Amino acid sequence: MVTADTIANASPAGRAHGGPGRSSTLSDGFTLGLMTALLLLWLLVTVAAPLATLLVKSVQNNKGEFVGFANYATYFATPTLVASLSNSLWIAAVSTAIVIPLAFVYAYCLKRTCMPVKTLFLSIALLPIFAPSLLSAVSLIYIFGNQGFLKSWLMGGEIYGPLGIVIAQVFYCFPHAVLILTTALALADQRLYEAASALGTSRLRTFLTVTLPGAKYGLISATFVILTLVITDFGIAKVIGGQFNVLATDAYKQVVGQQNFAMGAVVGFVLLVPALAAFVIDRIVQRRQVSLLSARAVPLEPKPNTLGDTIATVYCMLVGGLIVGVIGVAVWASFVTYWPYNLTLSLKNYNFAEFEAAGWAPYWNSLLMSSIVAVLGTIVIFVGAYVVEKARGLPAARGVIQLLAMVPMAVPGLVIGLAYVFFINAPWNPLGFLYGTIAVLAINSIAHFYTVAHITAATALKQIDPEFESVGASLKVPVHTTFLRVTVPICTPTLLDIAVYLFVNAMTTVSAVIFLYGAHTKLAAISIVHMDEAGMSAAAAAMATLVLLTALAVKLAHIGLDRLVFGKLQAWRGR
Amino acid sequence: MASLQSAADAPREFVADATGARPVHVSIVDVSKRFGVFQALRSVNLNIHDGEFICFLGPSGCGKTTLLRAIAGLDPQSEGAIFIGGRDVSRLPPADRDFGIVFQSYALFPNLTVAANVGYGLVNRRMGRKAIDHRVAELLETVGLEDQASKFPVQLSGGQQQRVALARALATSPSLLLLDEPLSALDARVRVRLRDELKSLQRRLGLTTIMVTHDQEEAMGLADRIVVMNRGEIEQVGSPGEVYTRPHSAFVADFIGTMNFFDAEVVGTHQLRLGETALETGDTIGAAKGAKVRVGIRPEELRIGDAGSGTNALSGQVRGISFHGGFCRVTLLLDIEHPLELAADVPAQRLRGMTLAVGQPVAVTMPPEHVHVFG
Repeated sequence: MVTADTIANASPAGRAHGGPGRSSTLSDGFTLGLMTALLLLWLLVTVAAPLATLLVKSVQNNKGEFVGFANYATYFATPTLVASLSNSLWIAAVSTAIVIPLAFVYAYCLKRTCMPVKTLFLSIALLPIFAPSLLSAVSLIYIFGNQGFLKSWLMGGEIYGPLGIVIAQVFYCFPHAVLILTTALALADQRLYEAASALGTSRLRTFLTVTLPGAKYGLISATFVILTLVITDFGIAKVIGGQFNVLATDAYKQVVGQQNFAMGAVVGFVLLVPALAAFVIDRIVQRRQVSLLSARAVPLEPKPNTLGDTIATVYCMLVGGLIVGVIGVAVWASFVTYWPYNLTLSLKNYNFAEFEAAGWAPYWNSLLMSSIVAVLGTIVIFVGAYVVEKARGLPAARGVIQLLAMVPMAVPGLVIGLAYVFFINAPWNPLGFLYGTIAVLAINSIAHFYTVAHITAATALKQIDPEFESVGASLKVPVHTTFLRVTVPICTPTLLDIAVYLFVNAMTTVSAVIFLYGAHTKLAAISIVHMDEAGMSAAAAAMATLVLLTALAVKLAHIGLDRLVFGKLQAWRGR
Repeated sequence: MASLQSAADAPREFVADATGARPVHVSIVDVSKRFGVFQALRSVNLNIHDGEFICFLGPSGCGKTTLLRAIAGLDPQSEGAIFIGGRDVSRLPPADRDFGIVFQSYALFPNLTVAANVGYGLVNRRMGRKAIDHRVAELLETVGLEDQASKFPVQLSGGQQQRVALARALATSPSLLLLDEPLSALDARVRVRLRDELKSLQRRLGLTTIMVTHDQEEAMGLADRIVVMNRGEIEQVGSPGEVYTRPHSAFVADFIGTMNFFDAEVVGTHQLRLGETALETGDTIGAAKGAKVRVGIRPEELRIGDAGSGTNALSGQVRGISFHGGFCRVTLLLDIEHPLELAADVPAQRLRGMTLAVGQPVAVTMPPEHVHVFG
């Protein structure tokens, strides 16, 4: 009775407030609808349209007439181009066959032993991520090149060519494989090992029947990711490939060298095939991985084992030592006055104006571009993920956004770069004025790295109670207020993660932007390619070092900031 | 009520006596276990007899799982010794200890079929392929899963997975079966059915079995003897009837079943005083006269409604009645100086002859033999 009375009494009051209440819901729908529409437009323009242009270009001749699959026929009839394809494939196969076992053992040491200083070993394994892929190639030239100090170790062999490419790729891909495999090996049910042990199982059989099947999907996923990375990487083959042609360098030569856009587009599509295959397989594998681990599984805790831990430490010191060594050589070489005649250390190689006209400008351009990517990219991607996860209306539009957000993952940087060249230069495109500006470089980079950032944001948003918006609405608070007062503060650590990820990748990428820079917007990573091409390896090493140090500084600042944020502002997490 | 209680006791006492006569199978001597500074077990001593079904019962963190894992050798004890079948296994790895184990999470190998899971331990013993197939078929029949042999664990229900885990543990014909909360991940109906099956299988095979559980009902229904644990120590060992009717401590009384607790002052060896009201108890009080002791009585032993004239006859007032199917729980406020609230369970059958309403005064009797005194 009492309750009924209260409700009855309250309802007129509710009606009195009905006006503003309803208009707030209305404006909420409007706000979300507007955001959804804007996001859809953004992704259509920055992802869908360029890729569509590339597709169209590959079935047109250089005059813009439709020729069907003639370009593809020409491609497969040109022996040098087909040779590049097979070169790319076997280089990728060999590199992957070396990287995966190396990284698996490394990840195993990190996750399944009690060796000391694991964080340090993990950090060392991840170091190459913070440098452009060319850094390892530049370093290898210093070690094994024509004037390399260990050239004799090759016993007459040549570092310029497949050998150099494979070694540099192994180095460059190692952190990516370690990241995937540590995740795969981190998920394990201790009870399975106990059951095996109680049944008197040998270590080998336990490894074969419990450990390997548990990491199976991680291994498959890592294999395809590394294959794709190697096939689509441009910088390494460019710097250390010599006369050895691969797909990625072909695309560059066709477009930049010969202005043969049609053939460039075909190469772009050929590059897309392995990447798409890897993407699809990775998706399938991830879905299975989840269903394998039961909710009641007890996480595996490695037990100390003096012999095993010692072997693990020695192995990680060897591999980690090689990584530090390769990076160290490039850094050291950048300070050597005149290799190999004057080994005194100086900052001479950092006086870039002496090596190329642009001087330090490419570095500042990179810094500016990466900052724009980090800030603008984080906002666009986070709002996009919010719309996909939390909005209710316009299901079709949200579905398309979700799909377009996943596309960049399957598209190699080189292909995105090519697509942008064709798109921006198309005579019908009103955005043509952007060609060669920092803006187009930034937009291109946001599109290039969209997927991983989007998945990160979506994962964080999924963990937030879906009723927050309903509570906000019931309190008659507009949705943007709930977004800014609750969602954004809760997701601050994620926002930082995304911003740093975007910054580091924008700073180190070569493949996409090499087609897009203009006279005044050359980037640091491109300037490394150019200085290396011109034979100024020391300056190239100096620029690579600068990029590495910048990316590392930002990452360290991130770690520091993260601690601060978690310590002070995130007190509610109850840590 | 009292006669019903003793009737339930009879077979339990008999079982306890019977197992007492059998040889010792597992012997735990002064076993302690530390995790860093945390003392998980404090010199535990226990003998387990051949063919006995033992339950380690206690709240989470009481050390029951730690003790089981020490017996298995999965987490060896810090101090003390463990004997299985007269053999000192204290330093032996799990594989050399002769037991089968079933985990709460089943821990079936997800990449192997049901048959391969059951035969997993047999392969390790280098048994012939034919012999393995034969044994696997036999075990699957025992647990009633002969038609599921080629399926993978994900394709089975939780109850079926647990049966596979049981078959795998029994495959090598161990003399000792260890169960780590094997039923707690299942839903209530399946749990009860599997509990009965487990019990009859254990009886049939005459297998010494140790089961860890935090569910007192499960322990009561399955165990020959219950080992009640708290804070790394054994509080009491006894048949289900013993630990229920004669709890050694307030902890055991509170953990198993429900009990009303209140403080009273010692007057004599069997006499107490609750405020100004005199109380008698069947227990022999060890504490000195004038000392404060904790007193407990189970809700079903409180009698209400009878004319209050005998020993421990009190009066009170009904504060609330809640219906529980077979019985009603009546909340009473005793008419003494310090307000004391007690719960009394009245069988539904008896309630029909009474008229109880909130606020009504009522006579309350505490039969002395059910008034427990804890130091």
